[in-house]
Amino acid sequence: MLMTSGNGQPVSLIQCQDLWKVYRLGDVEVQALRGLNLTIEQGEFVAIMGSSGSGKSTLMNMLGCLDQPSKGHYWLNGVDVAALRADELAEIRNRQIGFVFQSFNLIPRTSALENAQLPLFYRGLPLREQRTLAAAALERVGLKGREQHYPTQLSGGQQQRVAIARALVTTPSLLLADEPTGNLDTESSREIMTILDRLNKEEGITIILVTHEPDIAAYAAREIVIKDGQVLTDRHTKPEHPSSLVGR
Amino acid sequence: MPAFLLLTLMTAIRILSRNRLRAGLTMLGIVIGVGAVIAMVSIGEGAKAAVQAQVASMGTNVIIVLPGSTTVSGVRGGQGGVVTLNVSDALEMKKRIPLLQDTGWAKRDVMQIVNGNKNWNGSVNGVSPSYLTIRDWSFTSGGPFTQADLDAAVRVALVGQTVVENLFDAGEEPVGSVIRIKNVPFRVIGVLAPKGQSAQGSDQDDIVFIPFSTAERKVFGTQFIGSVGALFATTERQEDLFAAVDQIREVLRARHRLQTEQGDDFTIRTQVDIGKVQEGTSQTLTVMLLSIAAVSLLVGGIGIMNILLVSVTERTREIGVRMAVGAKRRHILMQFLIEAMTLSVVGGTLGIVVGVVGARLTTVIAGWPTIISGDTVIAAFFFSLAVGLFFGLYPANKAARLNPIDALRYE
Repeated sequence: MLMTSGNGQPVSLIQCQDLWKVYRLGDVEVQALRGLNLTIEQGEFVAIMGSSGSGKSTLMNMLGCLDQPSKGHYWLNGVDVAALRADELAEIRNRQIGFVFQSFNLIPRTSALENAQLPLFYRGLPLREQRTLAAAALERVGLKGREQHYPTQLSGGQQQRVAIARALVTTPSLLLADEPTGNLDTESSREIMTILDRLNKEEGITIILVTHEPDIAAYAAREIVIKDGQVLTDRHTKPEHPSSLVGR
Repeated sequence: MPAFLLLTLMTAIRILSRNRLRAGLTMLGIVIGVGAVIAMVSIGEGAKAAVQAQVASMGTNVIIVLPGSTTVSGVRGGQGGVVTLNVSDALEMKKRIPLLQDTGWAKRDVMQIVNGNKNWNGSVNGVSPSYLTIRDWSFTSGGPFTQADLDAAVRVALVGQTVVENLFDAGEEPVGSVIRIKNVPFRVIGVLAPKGQSAQGSDQDDIVFIPFSTAERKVFGTQFIGSVGALFATTERQEDLFAAVDQIREVLRARHRLQTEQGDDFTIRTQVDIGKVQEGTSQTLTVMLLSIAAVSLLVGGIGIMNILLVSVTERTREIGVRMAVGAKRRHILMQFLIEAMTLSVVGGTLGIVVGVVGARLTTVIAGWPTIISGDTVIAAFFFSLAVGLFFGLYPANKAARLNPIDALRYE
C-alpha cells in the first residue's frame, strides 16, 4: 500500500533529491554527499554498502533525521526534512524512526525495560503505558523475563535485542540499523538478522541496514552501494519483493 | 510533563547516588554555605532580639534629656559638667507640651547601703514617682512610692534584684525591713522586677530608688535645690516622639535663655536613637557574616557547575542516544538542571540541619542567644534551589546544545 499525495502521485517513504552534505574540517572542505538521489518505499528491506569514507554514514545520519542536508531535499513520508527545526527533527525521530547502532548504545546502569521505555518517556506517555509497551517490545525480541537486567548483565546479542526493542517500541515506519552485527559473533548476528527479517516480513517495517558483510547484506532484498557520495549501484537481490519503484 | 519531571528526578537521584562520594563532596560547599547562613542569621536575630529587649526595658517611647556641656569663657564643661536641668524644667515641659504623656526626673549617686551587718555600694537614685512609670519598672513584691511620699520627703526605698542579693539573705523578705543609706534609715516598700543589662551593658538591677525630695534633703546634700541628673518624658505614640523632642528643645532653650547662636546646654536622646546604634552594630556583624556565607555558596555553586560539566562530558554518548530516540533540547536541559538542583537542594537541606545544630550549639556552648526563624530556613532552601538552577544552567545548556551525531560518535 502506497500513500498518495494530493495530486494522486504515490508518496514514497524516503525520497532524496540531489542531496549534498559538505563539512568543513579545519581548512579542508569535505563533500560527503554529492547530489545523491534515492527513493525507498514503505516495506522495503535495504542494505547500504560502501567503503569507509563513501558517505554512507552521512547518508544514514541524514535518513535518520540526525542531520540536515547542505543542499537538496529529503522527504520522509512527504515531509521535507531540510526545512525542520531541531525540535521538529527530534519529534520525527521519536515517532517515525528507530535506531539500532553497532555499539548498542544502551544507557548504562539502567534496566532493559527502562532502556526500551526511553522513546516513550520522551513522548510523554503515562508511566504505566510506557512500561506495558516496553515490556511488549522486549517480548517481541525474545527478552521476556529479562526486563530488570542491566546491560552489563546481558550478552552482546541480548543487548542488541534490547536496542531493537527500544527502536520498535514506538512502532516506527523506518528502522535504521548501522552495522547492527558489527560487534557480534556469528550466532548472535544470525539471531539479530532473523529478528530484523521477521519485523520486515511480518510487520512491514521498512529497514535500512548499513553493513560491510555480504552475508548480512544478503538478508536484504535490495542492495545499494555508495561511492564518493553518490549511489554507485542499486539492485534488487530478491526479485519477489513487492517494491516496484527504484531510485534514480 | 509531570511524569517526565518525576522520572527525570528519579533518574537524577539514581545517577547521583551511584557516586555518593562525588555527590557528597560536590554538595559540601552548599552544605557549609547554607549552614553558615542559617547559623549566622540565627545568631544575628538572637542578638537583635536581645538588643530590642534591652531597648524595650527602658520603657516605651522614652525621651531622655541630659545636662549638656556649656562653654564658659572658652572652657567647655563636657557633658553633665554643669547643672543645667532642674525639676521645674520637667514641670514646665509637661505643662507646655501636650504631646508629652508624663515627665519625670532622677538624680543618682553611688553610695553605701547597709542592712544589718551587710553593706553594698550601689546606685542610689532620687526619682519622681512618674519616673518609675515612664521607665516601666514593675515589682516582684511591694509597690512604688506616691506623690504624697515625694511631697512629704518620706524615707522609703525600692530595691533592685542585685541589691537584694547583696544585702539580704536568701529567702529573707526585703519589704518592711529597714536599710541605711548614708546612715539615714529607709523602709523598703518594694522590690523591683529584674530588667537585666541595659543597652549600654550596665546592670540595671543594681539600683535603689528613693523619693527625689528625700534624696535631695537627707542623702545627697545638694548644692542647688531642684537640680536633676536627667529628665525623662514619654509620649503616647511613637510617631510623636520626634515632634516632642523638637518642642522640648524649644521649651528648654527658652527657659535657659539661650540666644540663637548659642548651642544647647542639654542633650536629648530617644529610645529610638539608642536602639539604632545597637542595631547598627549587630547589622554590621550580620552583613559581614552573610557575605562570608555568600562566598561559600558561590564556591559551592561553582563546585556543582564543575561536576556537572564533568558529568556532561562523561555522558556525551548517552545524551546522543537520548537525542536519537527523540529527546528535545528542553528534555536534556531539564535532566541536567534537575540533577544540579537535586544536588543543591539536598546540600541545602543538609546545610539547614547543620545550621540549626550549629546555632543550638552556639547557644549551649557560648551562651549567645540565637533565634531560628522559619522564614530563614525557607529562604535558605529556596536560595540553594536557585544556586543549583543558576550554576546548573551553563552545563545543562551545553548538554542540550550538543549535536546528536557528534554526541553519538563521542568516545
